[in-house]
Amino acid sequence: MTRMQQSVDSTQAIAESDAVAVERTLAGDRDAYRVLVERHSHSVFRLAYRMTGNRHDAEEVVQEAFLRGYQKLGQFASRANFGTWVYRIAANYAIDRMRQRQKEDARRETPRVEDGDGMDNDPVNRVQDEAPTPERLTQSLELRKQMEQALAALSEAERTAFVMRHWEGCGIEEIAGVLKSSSSAAKNTVFRAVQKLRHALQPFVETKAQARAMGTES
Amino acid sequence: MKHMKEEELIAYREGVAEQRAVVAEHLAACERCRVEMERIEAVLAALDTLPVPDPGADYGRQVWKEIAPRLAEKPDRWWQVWFEPRRLAAAGGIVALIIAAFVVGRVTKRVGPADNVANREQVRERVLVVAVGEHLGHSERMLIELSNEAPDDPKQKEVDISAEQRRAEDLLQENRLYRQTALREGDAGLANVLDELERVLLDVAHSPGEVTPAQLEAIQKKIEARGILFKVRVVNKELQQRQEATKPAPAQNDSAKRERNKV
Repeated sequence: MTRMQQSVDSTQAIAESDAVAVERTLAGDRDAYRVLVERHSHSVFRLAYRMTGNRHDAEEVVQEAFLRGYQKLGQFASRANFGTWVYRIAANYAIDRMRQRQKEDARRETPRVEDGDGMDNDPVNRVQDEAPTPERLTQSLELRKQMEQALAALSEAERTAFVMRHWEGCGIEEIAGVLKSSSSAAKNTVFRAVQKLRHALQPFVETKAQARAMGTES
Repeated sequence: MKHMKEEELIAYREGVAEQRAVVAEHLAACERCRVEMERIEAVLAALDTLPVPDPGADYGRQVWKEIAPRLAEKPDRWWQVWFEPRRLAAAGGIVALIIAAFVVGRVTKRVGPADNVANREQVRERVLVVAVGEHLGHSERMLIELSNEAPDDPKQKEVDISAEQRRAEDLLQENRLYRQTALREGDAGLANVLDELERVLLDVAHSPGEVTPAQLEAIQKKIEARGILFKVRVVNKELQQRQEATKPAPAQNDSAKRERNKV
């Protein structure tokens, strides 16, 4: 059996097992929902973190997505994929959360202090420990800062479309569903997001490439 | 040679291009477009290095621990959702509005096609104004009740706001609908206030059902700081005035017509 076939079989097995868990939950077995939560929490967290850009909001999105998922489970079509469905709920809630954050930040008009331990968005903590040279460290920090700023500068729709397409590999129809737009509008939103990111980051990426060519980057 | 547009290259890179074979063929033959594609890929590759923190192996269990106490014993079946008393009440309200719009349409005098369109528009606006006015009234009452909530006893550790929270959830759905309609109709002022109201409703809907006195105070302060109650009242007043203004002129009855014919 090829690796791809194994992967397809395993995805199918998870989907079937999800469908069983959904049916059992609807029949009143609350612990069956626990299986779904434990199985999908990590992937929903990844999506939520990339959309909101901070751990505190991401964790809130994950909890809210599973709470809403439970409340709306009766509306879930059993032939659909539970993972995709809860993903969509999380993406919608993350959009609400981002809007709320933007308004709060605009009101404060001061840089937002990270919640929790505040480690996630500190570029220093994001640098991989690979015995970096001082030049590499400086460039990596600068690039990361620029990347975070470029992502933060996208509109909620652009960030959602980019995260769902580029990082999570979601289909255009699925993205259009979350954005409540047509497929062609969703495609345009992906394009606009990449274009904005490119224009914001190209100079820094090229500097990095030049530095690598000059031997200052390992 | 005609080169690829940035849009086509990005669509190809992100796997949403319609004519992938055409782009692939062009890239194989055109160095300039290939270089351009490499520059796009370099930016995307850099973005791929942004890490996502690992929430830990037992994260799923932690999430369950957090949400389990907030879950009902059994989720509703899809058809049960429609039989919740609050939904039945909302559905009843909407049905009443539709009937009202129908009746208004029936009693309006028969007129030419152009007047008909104008009348339909007026009726539609009146129905919308009435519906939004009611929605704002309900929101105002909920916010006033929440603002007046206080622990019965100073030693009380938690205050139950679950009733307001459930109402905020319902109002939130309606609010989104009305905000989108207001935006479509080009009523930016109303859309803005509904947008602000949505933030507040979102806060309340996502609060725990039982909050500490300190949390309650924080929610009340937020409501106060946003001045949302005042804004809701002002807009509601404006809507009432608009409702008055869009009321149809009294229909001419037969005796009036006879009087006019005498002249």
